Amino acid sequence: MLAYALRRLLLAVPLLVGITFVSFLVIHLAPGDPVEMQTGDMPAEAKRAYEQLRKEFGLDQPLHVQYWSWLNRLVRLDFGNSFAPHGRPVLTMIGERLPITLLLNVIEMLIIVALAIPIGVLSATRQYSTFDKVTTVFVFVGFATPDFWLALLLMILFGVQLGWLPISGLRSMNWEYMSFWQQQWDFLSHLALPILVATFGGLAGFSRYMRQSMLEVIRQDYIQSARAKGLAEHVVVGKHALRNALLPIVTILGLSLPGLIGGSVIVEWIFAIPGMGQLMVQAAFERDYPVLMGNLVIVSTLTLFANLAADLAYSLVDPRIRVSRRRR
Amino acid sequence: MRRRRVARLGAVLALAGLAAGCTGEAAVNEQTGANTPAYGDTLIEASIGNVSSLIPNITSDQASREVGSYMYNGLVTMGRDLEVKPELATSWAFSKNCLTLDFKLQEGVRWHDGAPFTADDVVFTWRTTVNPKTPSPYRSDYQDVERVEALDPLTVRVTYRRPYAKALLSWSLNILPRHLLERYVQEGRLKEAPQNWTAPVGTGPYRFKEMKSGEKVVVVANPDYFKGRPSISRIVYRIIPSQATIFLELKARGVDVAGLTALQYKRQTEYPAFQKAYNKFRYPGSGYTYLGFNLKDPRFADRRVRLALAHAINKQELLDGVVLGLGREATGPFRPGTWADNPRVKGVPHDPEKAAALLAEAGWKTRNAEGLLVKDGKPFTFELLTNQGNDERKKIAEIVQASLRDLGVGVDIRILEWAALLKEHVKKRNFDAMILGWGTGADPDQYVVWHSSQSGPDELNHISYKNAEVDALLEAGRSSCVQAERTRFYHRLHEVLAEDQPLVFLYWRDVLPAVSSRVFGIDPGSAGIKWNQDEWFVPKYLHRYTAG
Repeated sequence: MLAYALRRLLLAVPLLVGITFVSFLVIHLAPGDPVEMQTGDMPAEAKRAYEQLRKEFGLDQPLHVQYWSWLNRLVRLDFGNSFAPHGRPVLTMIGERLPITLLLNVIEMLIIVALAIPIGVLSATRQYSTFDKVTTVFVFVGFATPDFWLALLLMILFGVQLGWLPISGLRSMNWEYMSFWQQQWDFLSHLALPILVATFGGLAGFSRYMRQSMLEVIRQDYIQSARAKGLAEHVVVGKHALRNALLPIVTILGLSLPGLIGGSVIVEWIFAIPGMGQLMVQAAFERDYPVLMGNLVIVSTLTLFANLAADLAYSLVDPRIRVSRRRR
Repeated sequence: MRRRRVARLGAVLALAGLAAGCTGEAAVNEQTGANTPAYGDTLIEASIGNVSSLIPNITSDQASREVGSYMYNGLVTMGRDLEVKPELATSWAFSKNCLTLDFKLQEGVRWHDGAPFTADDVVFTWRTTVNPKTPSPYRSDYQDVERVEALDPLTVRVTYRRPYAKALLSWSLNILPRHLLERYVQEGRLKEAPQNWTAPVGTGPYRFKEMKSGEKVVVVANPDYFKGRPSISRIVYRIIPSQATIFLELKARGVDVAGLTALQYKRQTEYPAFQKAYNKFRYPGSGYTYLGFNLKDPRFADRRVRLALAHAINKQELLDGVVLGLGREATGPFRPGTWADNPRVKGVPHDPEKAAALLAEAGWKTRNAEGLLVKDGKPFTFELLTNQGNDERKKIAEIVQASLRDLGVGVDIRILEWAALLKEHVKKRNFDAMILGWGTGADPDQYVVWHSSQSGPDELNHISYKNAEVDALLEAGRSSCVQAERTRFYHRLHEVLAEDQPLVFLYWRDVLPAVSSRVFGIDPGSAGIKWNQDEWFVPKYLHRYTAG
């Protein structure tokens, strides 16, 4: 087990280097460079300033030299400074944006899991029942609804028409003058709509996986024998079937970990939430290479780790995998 | 990106023509006479652009410039009708030969941290701007400055190598505090100074309070402001990247100041509740949209062809279709109503017959099977480029395509990402025609756009225009500091450009801000509405937010 984990970890290193190299190449080959984006279309008199900025950012060097020096700094955990006029360290910028994205996505994930598992189980055990049909329709509507459209509709209903919830941002403008509990309530009410929108889309996929996995399990022989033993149906489903049906879900959960960090661009954009997704899009528009690369490294490292963690967790919960690996 | 370009050329908002006056609750209370200035309340502004620095001297984006204008002052500023107005300088005088410019400074001005403001700060700001280690987009404004000296703590003398027309206006540059920044500038680390992000210090009407990256900037009234404490106690500058969200916030009265689109202005805000809550304003912006040709292409090098295409386009129809009539036809590159604009110049009228006659004269007589004009066996078709993400320009391209099709000219529209368009086509002069816009600065000098010496690969004379008379007028216009003289040059320039049509001037789009009707003291003028923002106020009984 330990040897396996170590080997996987070692393999992750060249993979990570490969990912960063390809990303670096693609990002730098896209037309336009950060200096151009900052200075726009500049008159000849200011050309010297342009050249000098390029030099300052190291953009006058050949691509492989730039990549090598970037990698060298990365190994020392130096993610560099943003190319924007404020020139702040990439890690500080990410540090500012991370908490809110993480909070939003963790809450969203918990709600999705808490709702998707019962929905999936119920629609599997009552296959083709009215409940199953209704949830199927609901789920496909959720799949097909564009985030931004749903967000706008909800904003119009709850924000403009009813006036129950704030439309965008994280805090009201008179936040500093509120009492402690008012502040908490204010913050939560700002999160309500973004979480609702993000959950609606995510719920669809997850509950479908759960249903599928459950359907496969309840057709197995051991479920038949559990029933034959005379066990109550809730024990058969809740204990024998569910535990096995949850296995694929572990993998899917593991793979959605990086998404917790990456943030959902559309939700953050439309609700004006200053999270990681917004940072990434802004950086892409401005060709802010260090911020883009920093983000990419973090997200891809997490993906690799999440993959590994999911595999390990899998073998922990599923004895069959553990055994077959030992034999090898 | 287009906004950036506008900003870099030093745009200041334009001409009068206010649409809505005071309505609703405001109007009622105006009669009761209770609308007297009172300290307090918060003004919430929304912007789609991010703030990238709090020392606006090193950035060119609009959001940073707007936030900067609350905290900093220049020696001079632009007044209601775009006239130059004293700010940190009380008066100025040019020498007869335009080579020296003396400023008398305001007495008793203090930086936000309490240190006195002196002539040394002005000298320092100039040094900072021209320092090669400072990433300033405004350096070219000072290339003709020989030296700047402090004659005494309240007098600054600027000496120019040659007369420079923009001299006075260039001193609307934000003055920076020497006592805090000198060390960083010398070490070439101005970006890293705390004043650039966490603790900016200026002399302006508002002091920095708080900044949440990507979310908002908060400033509070400066009680020691040399022109008097501003009435509105706090300004929250919110960053909301989506235009749709801003509009919903407006409808829910969540923001007080925001720009509207033409559609929102005309169709979506014409209901009583909105009109009661907001005053809408309308004035021509500082940028115009044009259809530009590559004049290296022999077809477009022929003036008759350009004129024919100009005659073929119905500009009024274009204005109505694209911006719902909220703009005005452009006749040349000078903002309508400013002193450089020549009101006698008329636009090219819509006249398809004349267009056909002009093309025939230029040799485009016969049509092929597809109905396209043919000369020397080649049909008249060209590719029309514009940038992605700008719906207006896309619509223009389609209207142009349809109008020219009737004339027998085929147009292929190609929409490209901004950076790709600029780098691969515009800068390399690798295009037939394009639809783009120019922002105009507070000063009418447009040497870099029209002068024949500016048509190199990275320069701004994209269309490669060469006209000896235009060159001479541009040179004359930029080397005088006497406005009456310059007016003559620019009026003539306007005429020449209209006759020659190096590009088809399409229209000036209107700026359409909405401001909460509880705000008083707005005095719309040529410069728009923001020029006197430090004088805006909310009467006590209309206060909405607690704010010190």
